[in-house]
Formats: sequence, C-alpha cells, structure tokens
Amino acid sequence: MPDPLVALRAPGQLPAGRRLRNGLRAGARLALALALTYLGLLAVTFFIGRVIPVDPVLAIVGDHAPEHVIARVREEMGLNKPLYVQFGIYLQHVAQGDFGTSVLTANPVMQDIARAFPATLELATAGILIGVLVGVPLGVWSAVRRGGLVDHVVRVMGLIGYSVPIFWLGLMGLLVFYARLGWVAGPGRIDVVYQYSVETVSGLLLLDAALGGQWEAFGNVLSHLALPAALLGYFSLAYISRMTRSFMLKELAQEYIVAARAKGLSETRIIWRHALRNAMVPLVTVIALSYAGLLEGSVLTETVFSWPGLGLYLTNSLQNADMNAVLGSTIVVGSVFIGLNLLSDLLYQWLDPRTQDR
Amino acid sequence: MKLLFSPLRRRSLPLALAALVSAGAAVQPALAGTPKDTLVLAAAFDDVITMDPAEAFEISTGEILGNTYDRLLRFDINDPSKLLGDVAKSWTVSPDGKTFTFTLKPGLKFASGNPLGAEEVAFSLHRAILLDKAPAFILTQFGLNKANVRDMVKVTGPLTVTLETDKAYASTFVLNCLTANIASIVDKQLLLSKEQNGDMGYAWLKTNYAGSGPLKLREWRANEILTLERNDQYAGAKSKLVRVIYRHVKESATQRLLLEKGDIDIARNLSPQDLAAMAGQTGVKVTSTPKGTLFYISMNMKNANFAKPEVREAMKYLVDYGAIGDTLMKDIGVIQQNFLPMGLLGASKVNPYKLDVAKAKALLVKAGLPDGFKVTMDVRTVQPVQGIAEAVQQTAKRAGIDIEILPGDGKQTLTKYRARTHDMYIGQWGADYWDPHTNADTFVRNPDNADDAKAKPLTWRNAWAIPEMTKKADAAVLERDPAKRRAMYEALQTEFRKTSPFVMLFQQTEVAAVRSNVDGLKLGPTSDTTYLFGVSKR
Repeated sequence: MPDPLVALRAPGQLPAGRRLRNGLRAGARLALALALTYLGLLAVTFFIGRVIPVDPVLAIVGDHAPEHVIARVREEMGLNKPLYVQFGIYLQHVAQGDFGTSVLTANPVMQDIARAFPATLELATAGILIGVLVGVPLGVWSAVRRGGLVDHVVRVMGLIGYSVPIFWLGLMGLLVFYARLGWVAGPGRIDVVYQYSVETVSGLLLLDAALGGQWEAFGNVLSHLALPAALLGYFSLAYISRMTRSFMLKELAQEYIVAARAKGLSETRIIWRHALRNAMVPLVTVIALSYAGLLEGSVLTETVFSWPGLGLYLTNSLQNADMNAVLGSTIVVGSVFIGLNLLSDLLYQWLDPRTQDR
Repeated sequence: MKLLFSPLRRRSLPLALAALVSAGAAVQPALAGTPKDTLVLAAAFDDVITMDPAEAFEISTGEILGNTYDRLLRFDINDPSKLLGDVAKSWTVSPDGKTFTFTLKPGLKFASGNPLGAEEVAFSLHRAILLDKAPAFILTQFGLNKANVRDMVKVTGPLTVTLETDKAYASTFVLNCLTANIASIVDKQLLLSKEQNGDMGYAWLKTNYAGSGPLKLREWRANEILTLERNDQYAGAKSKLVRVIYRHVKESATQRLLLEKGDIDIARNLSPQDLAAMAGQTGVKVTSTPKGTLFYISMNMKNANFAKPEVREAMKYLVDYGAIGDTLMKDIGVIQQNFLPMGLLGASKVNPYKLDVAKAKALLVKAGLPDGFKVTMDVRTVQPVQGIAEAVQQTAKRAGIDIEILPGDGKQTLTKYRARTHDMYIGQWGADYWDPHTNADTFVRNPDNADDAKAKPLTWRNAWAIPEMTKKADAAVLERDPAKRRAMYEALQTEFRKTSPFVMLFQQTEVAAVRSNVDGLKLGPTSDTTYLFGVSKR
C-alpha cells in the first residue's frame, strides 16, 4: 500500500524500517548479481579455455615425453572427466578459497597474481593519473576554445593515439628516451643492482622503496616507470580528453551556463565549478572504465617493456591452456571491473545527489 | 572545489606530457653498465615450468640445471666425443658390457653443506626413475624401471656406485645418457627433509634448489627474473662471477636496446635482423655454436599422395635450401639434410638435395600426379618457420603442389601434429641427450604404427611404417665398436634421405651477442652445456 505521507517527505527521510528493508533488498540484489556475474565469467572462461585446440598436458610434459607419462598427467589433472565435472570440481575448490596451482610456474595461482598484479597496478595507476591530470584539462580547454589551436592539437594527438600501434610507439619511445637521450631507465621495473635491496611489502615498488627509505632505488623505479606510464597515460589521455571535450560542449550549451554568465560569474568559475562538475558525472564512468582496462594489464606494453604484469601472465597462461591461472586472473580482472563500477556508481551519487537511491 | 589555476591563463599545459616522460630522468640518470661481479643476460625463459632435474625438460631450464647441478659425467664441450668425470673420479665397464662402476671424488659437498657420496648418487638415480616424469625415459631405455631400479643402481662403498643395464649397449650410449640433466645429483638429506606424502621432495623442488654445481639457484620468478649465485661449497674451480641474473625479455628489439645501452651483458634471443645490425658495432661481439636442433618439414603418409615415395622425394627437390639459408636462416642455421646434427657420432655431411623443379615434376609424373595436388601445412606463426613455410609454398607451387598454410600458435599446431591429423608440418627437433640414438629413436624407429601405439615417435606421427629400419636402429644402439656403430648410422641416414617423409632443412646455430668486456662465454652444443661459471667480466 502506498503511504501518502511518503510523497511529502524529502528523499532520505524514509521510516527507519523501510530504509532497512530497502537496504537489505538492495544488498541481496547486489550479492545475487555479483554471484551470477562471477559464475558466468568463470563458466565462459573455463569452457572457452577447454575448447581451444591446445592440449594442456603438452605445456607440462613437453613434446618429447613418452605416451604413458602423458596419459598419467592427463589423469592427474582430471582431464579425462567430462567438462562439467571438471568445472564443478573447480568451483568446489574456489568456494573453499583454493584457486589451484599454476602448472607453468608451479606456484599457487593467487601467489602468482599477488606478484603480477602490483606491477600492473603501479603502471596502470601512473598511467591513469597522467590520463586524468592531463586529459581532463586538455579536454576542457579544447571545448572552451573550440576550433582553436589547442583543440586541433588535441584532436591530432587523439587521432595518433587511436591509430598508432602501442607496440611500435613503445619501441620508439625506448629508442629515443632510453637508448639515445638516456633520460629514462630501460625495460624492466628496476635496475639489477637494486633487485635484491628493496624489500617486498606491497609489491608496488615505489611504495616499497619509499617505505624502506631507499630513495636512490625509488628514483630508479620512477625512472623505469616513466616511459611505459607515459605511454599508457597517452593512450588514456587521448580518450579521456576527447570525451571531456564532448561532455563539456554539451554542458556549455545549457541554459544554466547562460544564467550564470548573466549573473556575472567569472568565466573560470563557470567552466570549472559549474560546467565541469556536471560533465564529471558521465566522465567518471569513462575514467573508471579506462582504469579498469589498464588494470587488465596491457600485454603489448608489458612485452615491450619486459614488465612482469598481469597481462603477460594471463596471455602466457592462456597460450599454454593453464586454466587455473587463466581463471584466477579472470576473477581478479572481473573483480577490478566490478569494484570500479561500484565505485563510479558511488561517485555518481556524490557528484549528482539526484541519482541517490530513494 | 577551489580553483588552482585557469588553463586560459597558463600556457604550459602542452608541455606536461613531455615533462612527465622525463620525470624519472630528473631524479636519476640511467646507470651505465652492470656490476663487475654480476653477469646479466636477457633471455626469453617463459618455457621454464619446474626446477626439478627429474622433471625439467625445457631448453631454458636445461641451461640452469647444467650450471647448478653436478652429474656423474659431463662431455667436453670442445670435443663432445670425450667424456669427463664430474662427481665421478673414474669409471669402468665390465667385460660383458652390462655393469658400470663409478668411483666418486672424495670430500664433495652440496651447496647446503651436506656431504655428497655414493648414497646421494644412487638416491638421485632412483628418484628420477621412481618419479617417472617426462625425461625419465633417457634412463629407463637401458632397462631401469620402478621395480628394479634399487637393484640395478647400487651403493657398493661410500664412494662407489654400480649401474647395471638389461643388455650390453654401446657403453658410450649409457655414459652419454648419464651426462643429461635427468642424471643430476640431488641433495638427499635436504629433499627428504622437505618430503610431503613420500614425494621425495618433488613438490618443494619445483621452485627450489638441492644441488652441488658451481652456481646455485637463488630465485626463479616466472616471466621476470632468474638468479644464480656462486656456490662457495663447490670443490672444483669456483665461479668467477658472484651472481648471474637472467632477465625475461621476450622481444628481440628490446634485448638489443638493453645490450647497446649496457644494461645487460648478453642478449640471447636476437632475430637475424637485429644480429645483423649489431655486427660490427663497437663494444659488442657475437658468438655462435651449432646446436643439436634440426628444422624439418614432414609429410603425413596417411595422406594418400604422401604415401607415394616419388611424391616424398619430389618435395625434397622443391625447397630452395640455398636461398633460405642466405636469408631467413642467415647466421642462425646451416643446411642439414640428415637426422643427426653435426657433432654427434655418425653425423653426415652429405646434403644432396637442391631446388630442382624439373626433377620434382618428373617424379610427380611417375607418381601419377602430373598436375600436382592440393595440401595443407600447419605452421607456427613465429620466425623463422613461418618464413621458411612461405618460401617452400612458393617453390612447391612451381611443380603444381599447392600448399595452403594453416597458421597457429605453437601448442595448437603441435597438438594437431601429435594426433597425426596434419598433412604437412614444419617443426624443430632437439636432441634430448648427446648420443645419436636420441634422434635415431624418433626419426628411424617406429616399433608400432597402429593408432593406439604405446610409443609415438616422429615416424609414427607421420605414419611411416619401417620395421626393417627399426631393427637396424635397435642394432646400432647395441654395437659396442664405435667405428662400426658410426657406419650403421651413416647407412641409416642414406636410406632415410631417400625414402623418409621428412624434408630435413637446417641445423640450428645458436647465437648470442655479448658485451666485449665479457670473457669466456662458449655456447654449448646442447642446452645444458652453456656454462656460465667460467665466464668473467673486465
């Protein structure tokens, strides 16, 4: 029964019982959605992984192994069982928190990921920071000075960002900034001299070096990070600035902007305080998805820069049909997407109170 | 939100990206060179899956184990026909050729400090047989198995071990097999302390180390870094290097940049293009050695056309060996049309085939296929095999053989090949141990050509039924007179060249580019004989 009084209350002032019930219902809905998402993700990955025409046993025993060894390993890996049974066993283990062992690295999958993911996280975070800190102002600027020089420059940069292969750009970057100019350190995360001097705490080398007070190593890590981060930053910048521009153009054409100008507000305040604040709402999604994309690990960038991240790990595992590793990585990548989606939803509500749940 | 700056007033933004790119440079200039006591190599080692010598069978792991584990014997890399004692001081073979007795050097220790004696040697061989992983066949082929290994390999004194074989094999065959990584000596005491459910330390050793070699394994991080350190317990000449670091760098161009810049000392996987560009540069030298790996194209005789001997021989005339050797295989391979790579007993220099379209056409007419035929070839999308396949596609077309290339990932084409569902396949085969039987076993032996055969050598994969040749190959491994044994392999290869479904192409040459301040690097003929403990830096 609709309560006529509710309509008179302001949002957020529902009776306590009703609010709790709504909250629980929303929580349950979320949990169910999450469970289904993960299950679907795992099922699709598992079955695709098992139907690709690669014999997973080959990755373990190699091409020269005798037949009886191959047969035994196949048995040990449970590959003789029907696919759905294999999947069921896998789910059972996952439910108990056991993600299995990678056949390629001989380590528990989660241990491998705990090592590969921070490398990717560090790179992706640096990349997205560049993308946002440079891309958003550039986008705003080109929207404000539409058709001006900056607008053209941004458009050309965006075009290059879209059309030049990242692989090639990475190699060129190395050639110029590392080999010729010597401005940055080369491929890898850290010079070998520091390899064993930085104690691993978080796996984020910048953080670990800072925690240990090793500023020389910190500088070296930063120098290694600069080029691949700039490269990823450039690619996300190209996208973010273009989206910022179009969101800003839409906002700047709104009536409230005219009203603000009529009120005599400064142009700076109109652009940054009013127009951008409204453009931020859709922009948050764009940024979150760009970040999630970077967190998947960029296999090409990681290959060129010998960056031991998640992209390289996932690709290598997939090529060898190392399903535990592939599924484990999929869960992590999936969680990143889901987490960032939730985060951007929350940011939405904060940026735009109208979208808050009633 | 307070405004910090207005982009309309500040004109420095376009420079932001450039500033960020060079941010690291301001903090710290790139270090020139690597420490003098540390050798840094760039290599692609994503094939490594275990560090246990009883299981490891991959090329990169071979090299690591060769440097970190001792075995009874090693062969001399300067003259592979000569055997040298490693932990064995001396060895004898009984007159009937079936009992081998090894006397060990006294006072040896593992890197852990545990003593290394006859007990440990016997345990190591027992363990390899009992675990029965992929490379165990190297030892089981002379009659060892799970049931009898404790009787066949026995401790007869604190420093003496005997090994019995089921037949009187060529003694060099048995001894050569004992130089392989599978026969590495492992630290019994250490492994038993790490044992879980009677696994003889198998689970632990996958990522750990229990050896006695001149270098010891410090750490293997998949796809990232692999570090060896000097073993100070080593009784022989100690490694001049304190540390050897392999960095996983997959891309040839990246390896080249690192080498030019001096951030690595040795680049291991340069493409012919990058090698050519490096040649003649100051500060860098190139070293190379022929390897026991062969490139070949095979024809599945389940395909009715390839069942005809004329067609198989015609294919051998449809490869432009010279042109491919001068381009795609330049510096990384030499022509080899036999199944034994140079360096092995019985290897042959006879390479009779050249591109001869007219001869190939004549053979096709004889086979009743004057207009040629259509066929597919499974090709891995990596160089140089992809390039070779495309070159052969061109030349074969001139005789009417229309090859459709089916590109695929390495493991994918291999899966198909192993199930013998291919028509043509281009691949590589590396010797498993340093004895001619390793290749004879797979190229000229096919004990059972049935679909459910127990052994599936390359002959089986191409459905080449050869009972007579199989007998000859079996006889060759039992021949104890080296001269006669050599003649037997030469005869087998003569027959093989003419009739086999294998178009043998090239023997691989391994090349490494090295900074000129590095001395003493010699790439070995096998993956497990590239020794780094003799290397030093100026």
